[in-house]
Amino acid sequence: MRAFDYQRPESAEAATRAQSGAEARFIAGGTNLLDLMKLEIETPRTLIDISRLPLDGIAPTEAGGFSIGALVTNAALAADPSVRRLYPVLSRALLAGASGQLRNKATTGGNLLQRTRCYYFYNPATPCNKREPGSGCSAIGGHTRIHAILGTSPHCIATHPSDMAVAMMALEAEVEILGPDGQTRTIPLADLYRLPGDTPHIETSLAPGDLITAVILPPPPPGRQLYRKVRDRASYAFALVSVAAIIAMENGRISAARLAFGGLAPMPWRDREVEALLIGEAPSPALFAAAADRLLATARTEDGNAFKSPLARRTLASVLATACAGNS
Amino acid sequence: MNITFKMDEPVGSSLLDHTRQNVISRPIDRIEGPLKVAGRARYSAEFKFPGMVHGVLVGSTIPAGTITGINETRARALPGVLAVVTDYETFLRNPGQGLETEAPAQGVREIAYFGQPVALVVAETFEAARNAAGALDIAYAPAEARLDFRALQSEARPKESSQKSQGDLDRAMMDAAASIDAVWTTPSQNSAAMEPHASTALWEGDTLIVYGAYQMLSSDRQQLADALGLAPDKVRIIAHYVGGGFGAKLGISQESVAAALAARALNRPVQVVMTRQQVFEATVRRSETIQRVRLAAGADGRLTGIGHETITANLPDEDFSEPASASTQFLYGGEARRFGNSIVTLNQVLSASMRAPGEAVGMLALEGAMDELAEALDIDPVELRKRNLPPRHPMDDLPFSSRSLAECLDHGASAFGWADRNPRPANRREGEWWIGQGMAAAARSNMLITSSARVTLGTDSRALIETDMTDIGTGTYTILAQIAAEMLGLPVEAIDVHLGDTAFPAAAGSGGSFGAASAGTSVYLACKRLRETLAERIGATPEELVLSEGMARRGNAAKPFSELVTEPLVATATVEPGKTEENFVQAAFGAHFAEVGVHVHTGEIRVRRMHGTFAAGRILNEKTARSQCIGGMVFGIGTALTEELVHDTRLGTIVNHDLAEYHLPVHADVPRIDVVFLEERDHAANPLLAKGIGELGISGAGAAIANAVYNACGMRVRDFPLTLDKLIAHLPDPDAVQP
Ligand SMILES: Cc1cc2nc3c(=O)[nH]c(=O)nc-3n(C[C@H](O)[C@H](O)[C@H](O)COP(=O)(O)OP(=O)(O)OC[C@H]3O[C@@H](n4cnc5c(N)ncnc54)[C@H](O)[C@@H]3O)c2cc1C
Ligand code: SF4
Repeated sequence: MRAFDYQRPESAEAATRAQSGAEARFIAGGTNLLDLMKLEIETPRTLIDISRLPLDGIAPTEAGGFSIGALVTNAALAADPSVRRLYPVLSRALLAGASGQLRNKATTGGNLLQRTRCYYFYNPATPCNKREPGSGCSAIGGHTRIHAILGTSPHCIATHPSDMAVAMMALEAEVEILGPDGQTRTIPLADLYRLPGDTPHIETSLAPGDLITAVILPPPPPGRQLYRKVRDRASYAFALVSVAAIIAMENGRISAARLAFGGLAPMPWRDREVEALLIGEAPSPALFAAAADRLLATARTEDGNAFKSPLARRTLASVLATACAGNS
Repeated sequence: MNITFKMDEPVGSSLLDHTRQNVISRPIDRIEGPLKVAGRARYSAEFKFPGMVHGVLVGSTIPAGTITGINETRARALPGVLAVVTDYETFLRNPGQGLETEAPAQGVREIAYFGQPVALVVAETFEAARNAAGALDIAYAPAEARLDFRALQSEARPKESSQKSQGDLDRAMMDAAASIDAVWTTPSQNSAAMEPHASTALWEGDTLIVYGAYQMLSSDRQQLADALGLAPDKVRIIAHYVGGGFGAKLGISQESVAAALAARALNRPVQVVMTRQQVFEATVRRSETIQRVRLAAGADGRLTGIGHETITANLPDEDFSEPASASTQFLYGGEARRFGNSIVTLNQVLSASMRAPGEAVGMLALEGAMDELAEALDIDPVELRKRNLPPRHPMDDLPFSSRSLAECLDHGASAFGWADRNPRPANRREGEWWIGQGMAAAARSNMLITSSARVTLGTDSRALIETDMTDIGTGTYTILAQIAAEMLGLPVEAIDVHLGDTAFPAAAGSGGSFGAASAGTSVYLACKRLRETLAERIGATPEELVLSEGMARRGNAAKPFSELVTEPLVATATVEPGKTEENFVQAAFGAHFAEVGVHVHTGEIRVRRMHGTFAAGRILNEKTARSQCIGGMVFGIGTALTEELVHDTRLGTIVNHDLAEYHLPVHADVPRIDVVFLEERDHAANPLLAKGIGELGISGAGAAIANAVYNACGMRVRDFPLTLDKLIAHLPDPDAVQP
């Protein structure tokens, strides 16, 4: 870990101004950033501690949804009675992530911005385009068990590892951002992330100084909400594949469908064509298979992650069957 | 009073069966438990001394080659940095193996594996040292590295001492009514003990004191002395508490030598703690294995031949080879037999003993093969094993010292409810899960290792045990206190146990499941000697003497210790292995049963319950023994399902070098585990009549799980760990079988 300066600004505005220098980082729960600093993958000169800013509330919005402060912990969000009742997919996704101790520290904003768990990204002795642009990608041709098969590029095949963000994607959440100019803007969560292309080190659309202040959940969509995470052990492992599903049925047919996937792509993955294909149809194994075909049409796999195609296919079928059953 | 006892003959009876204090075997809590939960048990990295500074090891970033230069400029310029310690000749290249008395391989200019420690950066604080470690510029001339085990397996060289054969196995295979000939593979693994390797070194004059996280202090002291060119009596190692070792701390590792050199150079105490990544990259691993098992049997299930041949890997100058067939050699009969190991030379970190070296992975193959044979012959797996228990060692023609395996199989089967199992695979479904049950035998060799202890009976009716035996979390403090309390008629609270200091008599150390019985015997013998003195003092024969509640009695006459012991009474005893080692097959046995669920869609495997029935001679403390077995069975879950140390075959790196990605089982992976001990005494093992139990729980546990997976979903995966990607392509259609 490199030596760094530490600041604790009194307000969100002051924090954004302090961070707009390129070598400063916000620190919230620190559960990801500190690990990266110990390994010298992140080497900020200044840490801006935002953990005590008053951004830790969950409040109803006028639109009938909820605003979740960026500093609400993963544990608090998962346990919130409104979230559990109205957004069970989110509560489930949070509880499927990390461990109790980590969820007590991890924050909503930090969770969205956690970095990939690509093994090679975490080993400074190996080339990595995300860590050192232009150095090459060690994962390609290497051990790729946890790597992406959708939305990748020849420069990077890392996944975004969050569970929470997958559920938020299905909920069509928006991210509220305060810029160093004092302006607040709100963008769809999908627009927060960028695919790797030939710049895998640029992961989000945030500019220096941009502070996430809240995540806005629209009113809960109709339908049954499910989160299914498939992983290598029963707890405390990142998703190999995860599915957030919100499915409504009418007269035996799927009337609304939202699906988001984790473990498959460099960002929480949503494919509207898959959803469109389901809507208006009666559930059947053939329909689910067609949905999987659509989802995986552009999949690019390595030896080590090729299993994710059949796994995603089978997991999707199982989730859809459960979501459609007893839901009419 | 010094006595030495050699285990040349089976002992007729043990005093522990006559003292009647009801202390031995009782499931009492660990006596050091309160210290541990209060954070007052100090581990090697928790000692602080005035002037102490911190060192951080720097590992090589290539897997093979030579260092051409080290530029210290950038590192030295950082604040707080005191020294960059390099010593190409003296630094350890490899960690030590257990029980070795010579230094491990030294010399670090040549790079043999990625992460090999090559320098130590010392600074006022750990943070400053770590920062500077990242700024040390090392130039290398890389050489071609040997990294791909599977690709290089044809180049494996036979390990001569392991080759054994009897009869004609090929013939037996041809003539068999049923046979199995298949290959099992197991991955590289790491012990991943909670406490990382750590040493705090200081010099007192020309004597080196190391607070080191080690398992076997007396041999570790010799290794360390040899590495540094010191006389062994100029080295003292202290390890009061060790946070797990599982084999990774049997020999010394690189940080102790580096800390000692730095402490001498700076004339200050130096503490070196490995990072988790360094523990994975630079200490000890279990080798990956490729195991070919052959079984030949008649229609009645009786084996006519058995073969177990293993390929393992190690560094160029190392010849340890995971003895996967260790218990195969005596567990089952069959006239024709072939065993042997061969080693692939690899530029990967040292492979050495990890908990139950041999059985832990060897029984995955053997007991998997037995399950396949049972199915081929349509014989119940429990019955098949019972039919094949040899009356004597099938090659050496020696008797078993004790073997309650058939009893364990029967008891375990009935406790588990084995009779209700559906032998047809993929035939039991609950919701989205296929349910399956499997079993395996457990066997682990028993050993006795030379061990000494000193017991002092004080004038205050308290006893003090001193030995350099370690407690690596297993319960040594407690069982030694129980043995002394039982023998001396004192409450456990009146026994003080001082362990983990080479200033005390040299013990066996913790390893190979021999610690409790070896160190325990030395305490037993010393107490026995004290009893003789007390007997004399009240005019009793040793047989007449009864000790209880701090009183010595002979018939109706009784005297308190306070009258009999006016000066501390001291006895030092040493036990040595003797002829019973050559004249008997000694092993502990048991039976594992497991029930698993396999997800019909995803192939996720979750263990639902496990049962183990074991017989290991006298159980010294039912609670610590049970904990050992449960811990072993959890190891078995990891071995079967999750643990795999991944080596990048291009770069030589360890891909998953942290606990986020090296998947040990977590709580949610561990179901209810039942453990039952059968009453047994082993008269050829030692005067306690006890056998080792530390590794028995793992031996066979993973095989029971893998066999249950087959029973659940009908897929035989012989490539461990059984991760879902190995099932997914071939899983039966979930919609074909209705719940
Ligand atoms: C062993 C382990 C296992 C884990 N398993 C899982 C899992 O299974 N599923 C899962 O989803 N996650 C998992 N996690 C990740 C965990 O969820 C994240 O580490 C956590 O959510 C990050 O939140 P934080 O507040 O600690 O972020 P920090 O570490 O404080 O920050 C992370 C990043 O976000 C930036 N940042 C933080 N807050 C803001 C803000 N308000 N505005 C702008 N930038 C900000 C920081 O500058 C930093 O770059 C695991 C982590 C570990 C260590
Ligand atoms: S996948 Fe991305 S993060 Fe991983 S090594 Fe390649 S470039 Fe780096």
